[in-house]
Amino acid sequence: MTPLADMSLLSSFLLIFVSAAFTDNILLARFLGMCSCLGVSKKVDTSIGLGTAVIFVTACTAALNYLVYRYLLVPLGLDYLRLITFIVVIAAFTQFVEMVIERVSEKLYNALGIFLPLITVNCAILGISLFMLNKPYSFLQAFSFGLGGGFGWFLAITLIGAIRERINEATLPRGLEGPGITLIIIGIMALGFIGFSGMIKI
Amino acid sequence: MLLSVLISVGFLLGCGLFLAALLLLAEKKILNYGICRIQINAGRKELEVAGGSSLLTSLAEHNVFIPSACGGRGTCGYCKVTVHEGGGAIHPVEEPYLTPEEIAANVRLACQVKVRRDLDIAIPEELFSVSRYRARVEHKRPLTHDIVELRLKLLDPPALTFEAGQYVQLESAEYKGRESVMRGYSISSLPTETSHIELIIRLVPDGICSTWVFHHLKNHQEVNFSGPYGFFHLADTDAPIICIAGGSGMAPIWSIIRDMQARGITHRPTTYFFGALTQRDLFFLDEFKQIEKDAPWFKFVPALSQEPADSDWTGERGLITDVVNRHFPDASQHEAYLCGSPGMIDAAIAVLQNNGMPEHHIFYDKF
Repeated sequence: MTPLADMSLLSSFLLIFVSAAFTDNILLARFLGMCSCLGVSKKVDTSIGLGTAVIFVTACTAALNYLVYRYLLVPLGLDYLRLITFIVVIAAFTQFVEMVIERVSEKLYNALGIFLPLITVNCAILGISLFMLNKPYSFLQAFSFGLGGGFGWFLAITLIGAIRERINEATLPRGLEGPGITLIIIGIMALGFIGFSGMIKI
Repeated sequence: MLLSVLISVGFLLGCGLFLAALLLLAEKKILNYGICRIQINAGRKELEVAGGSSLLTSLAEHNVFIPSACGGRGTCGYCKVTVHEGGGAIHPVEEPYLTPEEIAANVRLACQVKVRRDLDIAIPEELFSVSRYRARVEHKRPLTHDIVELRLKLLDPPALTFEAGQYVQLESAEYKGRESVMRGYSISSLPTETSHIELIIRLVPDGICSTWVFHHLKNHQEVNFSGPYGFFHLADTDAPIICIAGGSGMAPIWSIIRDMQARGITHRPTTYFFGALTQRDLFFLDEFKQIEKDAPWFKFVPALSQEPADSDWTGERGLITDVVNRHFPDASQHEAYLCGSPGMIDAAIAVLQNNGMPEHHIFYDKF
């Protein structure tokens, strides 16, 4: 019996969400999704836009990939193809969502849709789909892991965006401008997030 | 072993095909906007287009050509149109190219507006006379070491009506990994000759289109261009004229002055200042001498800014703006026509305004 199975559904759902978002933050603990984070985190509102899109896509693709893994890859004995399969599924899913959003709401498309092509190749999303296989999750738990992972990325990029907005008002030494100072900020924040890691072990 | 290889290959293939088919189907079903109506200039023209592509390409498919130098990638900012209705929110790509006044007036970049529903737009009236032409190179003649004259015979449509001073957009072909682009060049020939046009093209270091013209375009080759564009032409007044040009900025002035001569406009004294670096950058000297002889109202003043002090050059020396300043300390009664680089034009406008010329008397074509 794993400890997870003992808990009620809701508390395990919550616990997984919190641990994925804070203790195991995909951006700050695993340093994934760094390229789009460095590129887009100049302003808080674009950070929030990209972050929201990542939450949506990680949650959905985690669930989708869980199903693909559990009901296609494992029965066929194709476990080793999970990496390439997940990439294809994620790419197709983001394309599809972009189309739907563009058709359904232009407002939403301008806020989120323009970020979707960026996300297609975001490693954080692939990372979450792969990491969830390390634990014996159920479908709902996998979904909450994806949701939490996406939320953690959202939180991190929004905080970084807020700090960078403030830093833009200050004069920096030339060598530190742009990605340099951003990586330093991320490093310091990652140190701060280590504090969470003792809280939950999942 | 063989079986597992077959299974894995089959799975990947099936997976990829399934998803691709799904996406194609979705694109057909979801991104199908049906037929949209585009109303132009309050009913002057109405088009029915298949929705889904950009306004720029939809218009071009129906022979309404909006000037565009980058070919619809949102990097030149030329294809501005007013979209009264149906344009949706402004795309982040457009924002850098639009002033707050333009945004308030619903000005958009046609290449970034997607036709999703019926549109009500306004474009400059003159664009209705713009079309796309196929032409053949009749000759390519070097004028200086870095300027050529291109003479094109129109094939389809066979004739072009324009005003002296307007420009066309020449389409370069793809070569050595450089993409096809469109670049504006002023017409240097006369409007009376509708079957041909001439262009004066300077080789811009690493310029995509001018390099193509210089090194890849051959005699008798076919080219495409669209036009005529632009508001740069002789105003219908009686004011005396100052023309200022540099390099290939010669083209529209060369056309305007010969057009004045052809139309018998003799009551407007005209001085043409042409700026160049050294003697090897000058061209059309004999032609202008001939015009000076035939037309007493015309004076040609070439000026060299980097000619060695000990050379045999007896004409004006120094920056073209200083030369203009010396000749016309009072320019308040004149009209000016400028064509050249943005730097030269801005400097010339400053000098002319300083010497009393009202802003609305200054016409220019920057490139």
